[in-house]
Amino acid sequence: MSSAPVYKPFLQRADSFYDTFQRKSGNKEVTHYCPGCGHGELHKMMAEAIDDLDIRDRTVLISPVGCSVFAYYYFDVGNVQAAHGRAPAVGTGVQRSRPHSIVISYQGDGDLAAIGLNEILQAANRGEKMVVFFVNNAIYGMTGGQMAPTTLPGMRTTTTPLGRDPRLAGNPMRMCELVAQLEAPIFVARGSLASPKEMKRTRKLVRKAMEMQVEGKGFCFVEVLSACPTGWGMTPVDAQQWIEDKLTPHFPLEIFVDKTDQERLEYVTPESPPREKLHEVLGIEADTKTMPAANPDPAHANPRIKVAGFGGQGVLLLGLGLAQCGMMEGRKVAWLPSYGPEMRGGTAHCHVNISEDEIGSPLVSRPTVLVAMNQPSMEKFEGELVPGALLLLNDSMVPGQPSRDDVDVVRVRATEMAEDLGNVRAANMVMLGAFAGYTGALNLETCLASLDTLIKRTALIDLNRKAITAGFEAGRKARG
Amino acid sequence: MSSSLKRPPLLIKGNEAIIKGAILAGCKTFFGYPITPASEIAEAAARDFPAAGGTFIQAESETASINMVYGAASAGVRTMTASSGPGISLMQEGVSYLAGSELPAVIVSIVRGGPGLGNIGPEQSDYNQIVRIGGHGNYRNPVLAPATGQEMCDLTIRAFEIADRYRTPVYLMADGFTGQMMEPVSFPDPVPPLPEKEWAVRADAESRENLISSIFLEHDQLEEHNRKLQRKYKEIAANEVMVDDFLVEDATILVVGYGIMSRVLRSAVRAAREDGLKVGLVRPISLWPFPSDHLEALAEKIDRIITFELSNGQMVEDVRLSVHDSVPVHFYGRMGGNVPSAEECLEVIRRYAAEGGK
Ligand SMILES: Cc1ncc(C[n+]2csc(CCOP(=O)(O)OP(=O)(O)O)c2C)c(N)n1
Ligand code: SF4
Repeated sequence: MSSAPVYKPFLQRADSFYDTFQRKSGNKEVTHYCPGCGHGELHKMMAEAIDDLDIRDRTVLISPVGCSVFAYYYFDVGNVQAAHGRAPAVGTGVQRSRPHSIVISYQGDGDLAAIGLNEILQAANRGEKMVVFFVNNAIYGMTGGQMAPTTLPGMRTTTTPLGRDPRLAGNPMRMCELVAQLEAPIFVARGSLASPKEMKRTRKLVRKAMEMQVEGKGFCFVEVLSACPTGWGMTPVDAQQWIEDKLTPHFPLEIFVDKTDQERLEYVTPESPPREKLHEVLGIEADTKTMPAANPDPAHANPRIKVAGFGGQGVLLLGLGLAQCGMMEGRKVAWLPSYGPEMRGGTAHCHVNISEDEIGSPLVSRPTVLVAMNQPSMEKFEGELVPGALLLLNDSMVPGQPSRDDVDVVRVRATEMAEDLGNVRAANMVMLGAFAGYTGALNLETCLASLDTLIKRTALIDLNRKAITAGFEAGRKARG
Repeated sequence: MSSSLKRPPLLIKGNEAIIKGAILAGCKTFFGYPITPASEIAEAAARDFPAAGGTFIQAESETASINMVYGAASAGVRTMTASSGPGISLMQEGVSYLAGSELPAVIVSIVRGGPGLGNIGPEQSDYNQIVRIGGHGNYRNPVLAPATGQEMCDLTIRAFEIADRYRTPVYLMADGFTGQMMEPVSFPDPVPPLPEKEWAVRADAESRENLISSIFLEHDQLEEHNRKLQRKYKEIAANEVMVDDFLVEDATILVVGYGIMSRVLRSAVRAAREDGLKVGLVRPISLWPFPSDHLEALAEKIDRIITFELSNGQMVEDVRLSVHDSVPVHFYGRMGGNVPSAEECLEVIRRYAAEGGK
């Protein structure tokens, strides 16, 4: 960026401009912009609109990275400086947090059309309530005159020393036309600072876009063709002429979208619930029933359980049921589902720990109980069992014999029993009951009470109660 | 580290507990982009934030998410995002801006396997980019590492408190297992209404003078700003260390691990004790500030330290820096989404125990 000679573009300073620029180092009377730079002119138009509409207090200006990074030196409004290209995202954050704010995203062509292309289009597409002032000077001013997405074909910049070659570097991007493709924007227009006449027109565009913000109408986009005499290597006077002669033919001065008179459906941020209702709204009111603790056989006091089967057998819910019951009986519990690639191939398993003590690893690597809902699950996991462990098999789906002879094998015809009750899908609850009945690790009442939490469809609760009860009986019988 | 266990607990996924905790902490806005294994957090936010009178936006990228967070934080409301590996990498510029502009925000990282696209398995391989800073400039950020469902809630709330108190971004760093796991969580009362932040740009007359910015053109100014930041980091380092010990009193071998790894180690330590090995576990809860003094003090009484991580050895460097060369520091790591079993860890402990005293 070139050093700024003394130059004072503001004849009559707007109220929303600081009287002196205290945030600036050096001369606090003049702006940091070069002579003939368009940024200052546009600033002035914005400040006038802010004054006229009396919105200084509500206005938040997001300054970009580019020569206008220091826009906050000048505007006596709330100021936020954003990362390169991200002003529309930052503006989104501000506006959504302070719905009464009037957000201005001020951006150059590198900032908006190159690095920040996604942010501008997406903010426009969401119809964020903000106005974007887009300074198109066809070059990167701040970094010393490199090519911008809006650089003209053949135009020499420090990174197109032979002139921009569209075959290599593409053609100038017309941002208004791009933004105008989207549904949400209510006002999209291009103005220029080439002459007093064009400035007058541009002032009106600025004013209109700002008014729309006051009315809370929606997303407005105003592009301004603007001189960068320093980047272009011209005098301010020649630069203005160049806007007219060269830039304008590429970037037509039009109003591309004007839906400002149309009614628009508006998203309204919902009301916050009263504080005392928040737990209810979040579904975390503490309604967990506390149940008397079972008195398990010491071998099953702190079971580490693996539950496995194929998808659709309700394996995860069965595991969850075990954990829910353990918790209701005042024990520490942890439930961990199979995860990622393990879930492929139609099989599922989960890890359940129920313990008197704090649970260490939630991963059950050496189970004391394996509940196998089908043959492949038995084959896959029986090897992990500790000696003396319980191998609880769904007899209906496990025709084969386990290879382990040092574990306690219990078979329950869960699928058939569930079918007899009217729905094979309740086989998982038969197994839950069977586990409780056989080990004594959980009370039958707890298992039944857990259904209120486990089963969302109340119509199914009765069936599952029967399944648990039948399984419990079968488990108890097997114990002898 | 469990807060008010007055309320009966609720069985809930860690990822969900984060969002409930955040809303109870008064967080008003969530901006995020889907990525496994953090998408569930965004999904929970999409449901719960609007219901609680807040805002959820699915951003166009993690770059946009973190900059929306920047905007919301500038406006003075509690705000957050959540992501994983590649997404956190994309956010780093924004995190640096948050640090430079001294903006409070909470970033949840459910770390996945890397580098590159890697996989969605649990790893701790983003320690370096999160704890040791992935963005540009002279900054630090507090990082809390939950290991239980309850901590997913409690440490989220704590993260917002630290963020506001010091005006800094704070990370909550966990993994897919801790996110997927369901454990009993008892949720505290919502925080009382939060006072307005004086420094924020709130779009009103009182705050009109305020400026959120990280640019300081003059070298001396920027150096002064950086010195101020370093003073703040010193204060955080002095006040915000969190660490959990298990059976360290008479230990001759310390194992060190955080997050899901510490849970496995807890089981391994119990098993080692049954074998008669005097092993204790140190679990850093705050990864920055790291519990260096604590480890240094413990190192005087022990023979060796074994650090376990789901990575190629990242936190172990902080362990070594903490104890200098006073005791041998060994490392055992698994990668790719593999979590060692308690038995596997016990084997490692046995092997080093056989080497005897220092
Ligand atoms: C991430 C990032 N990349 C690059 C830069 C360097 N940079 C600063 S301003 C700028 C271009 C600005 O050009 P433009 O948006 O056209 O604004 P002007 O200066 O012309 O007003 C660039 C590339 C940066 N600050 N951040
Ligand atoms: S370099 Fe160009 S855009 Fe930047 S201040 Fe100078 S004239 Fe304006």
